[in-house]
Amino acid sequence: MPDVIPANSVGIVSPQTLHFTHPLLLACGKTLDEYQIVYETYGELNAAKSNAVLICHALSGHHHAAGYHSLEDKRPGWWDAYIGPGKPIDTNKFFVVSLNNLGGCHGSTGPRSINPTTGKVWGADFPMIRVRDWVASQAKLADVLGIESWAAVVGGSLGGMQVMRWALQYPTRIRHAIVIASALKLSAQNIAFNEAARKAITSDPEFYDGNYLEHESLPKSGLAIARMIGHITYLSDYAMGEKFGRDLRSGNFNLGSAEPIEFQIESYLRYQGDSFANSFDANSYLRITKALDYFDLAREYDDDPVLAFKQAKAKFLVVSFSTDWRFAPQRSREIVDALVGANKAVTYAEIESKFGHDAFLLPDERYQQVFSRYMAGVSI
Amino acid sequence: MRIDLNEIQNWIVQHSRILDLGCGDGTLLKFLIEHKQVQGYGLEIDSDQINTCIDKGLNVIEQNLDRGLGNFADKSFDTVIMAQALQTLHFPHLVLDEMLRVGKECIVTFPNFGHWKARFHLLSHGRMPISDLLPYEWYNTPNIHFCTFKDFEVLCKERNIKVIHRQVVNESSQSVFKDIVPNLFGETAIYHLSK
Repeated sequence: MPDVIPANSVGIVSPQTLHFTHPLLLACGKTLDEYQIVYETYGELNAAKSNAVLICHALSGHHHAAGYHSLEDKRPGWWDAYIGPGKPIDTNKFFVVSLNNLGGCHGSTGPRSINPTTGKVWGADFPMIRVRDWVASQAKLADVLGIESWAAVVGGSLGGMQVMRWALQYPTRIRHAIVIASALKLSAQNIAFNEAARKAITSDPEFYDGNYLEHESLPKSGLAIARMIGHITYLSDYAMGEKFGRDLRSGNFNLGSAEPIEFQIESYLRYQGDSFANSFDANSYLRITKALDYFDLAREYDDDPVLAFKQAKAKFLVVSFSTDWRFAPQRSREIVDALVGANKAVTYAEIESKFGHDAFLLPDERYQQVFSRYMAGVSI
Repeated sequence: MRIDLNEIQNWIVQHSRILDLGCGDGTLLKFLIEHKQVQGYGLEIDSDQINTCIDKGLNVIEQNLDRGLGNFADKSFDTVIMAQALQTLHFPHLVLDEMLRVGKECIVTFPNFGHWKARFHLLSHGRMPISDLLPYEWYNTPNIHFCTFKDFEVLCKERNIKVIHRQVVNESSQSVFKDIVPNLFGETAIYHLSK
């Protein structure tokens, strides 16, 4: 909780909700007849409506990217280090829109919403959502806000995949594409981690084939394990060693001591898992990890990312982090190479960081410099 | 603009596709975009230089040349340029091969270690030459593979590289001898090459 709101914060913000009554045809063939999207905005939309920046969130993200909901908040939004007055996404210049994606569990229509045809909670029946569906729904949101083209669409990890999809799906509606710690598609190893996480959820006896709410239960232990698995892949070996090492939270190794031993890392991971299980929906987690797995930017372009990016008109900034092993720098270089092959404008920076995949969320001097300088060149 | 960069632009065709290896602060790339309307990309590893390129709105890509150019397709650029970076590479001959694979032509500039001042310095002081152009001690210099014009000519011959143009430029004094005995009086060499 801040005593005073910092000068470079967007301050107290409140989410807004938009209801859409035109059906949205999804990639899976099903239709969402009506849906709602929860979003926040920071900064002012200019008269020409040319200064809008869209933030696309990652797996566990949501619409609350910057500022505080109240002075009682322990922490600001998830990307507060990069959004605000004088920050890389400068709210003195840009009008920032940050939404909760469909299929999520923070207010936009998802598995916990009521299915209008049955009057009951969607639960396991909520349709599979793909990255292109998110992008389509984001475009509907832009329509309502009167934003014809985004000055920039920005996202890290799964958010970066949405940014790339934007550049192909609506090439004239995105002028700059900022793709951070992302990939053209997941590797087999990435999918393997996701499947282990999903299996933890679906084998929880409280899961009830996804209809746990009907049974008034929650697959919390499964979701917690899923989060623990994910969390391990977001950190680097170094970051974990630095923060926890082999420190003990309780017990000791003395001969004759029967007290159970608990390492700090065990307690930390359990805490992360438990708090996530209390704030996230298991069906959302299953759907969003599937969306990650299915994403493959070049699939319908003969598996040729150069051919795919030929559709794009945006200028790109691509950023990766040295110790990120979930979306390693090599994955970002593949994006860059394809953009060069397609003769598109691209800038690429590989940030030296100790913090693994999580680095894209954390303050870092060089990352901030590259990001700020690039955004300063985005004309509005 | 540095004198070798000024010469390079004479050999660049309008609207061509350029890759600048070790593009530094992007001076040449920006000049070529403005005056020759090229589509250009620069590779650089120094974070301050990358920042300066971003400020100029250039396509700058963080990439270590010592890791090769394997990520670029054959003949995907009209001209690959490398100004004053050859001598900093671990394997200059391999990078040269790569430049000629990726580019239809390439332009290389490098300092001449056979210049009379360098020779005189070594002869009289018995120590590695230090000059305005190369102001480093032997142990902290980024320039690890020095060569003379003659050395480079031999390398081109050995690797069947065709020299389209060769030129010698001097930043400090416009020696009248540089065109007669370039290996002794030339400071910087500019080679325009193809395979």
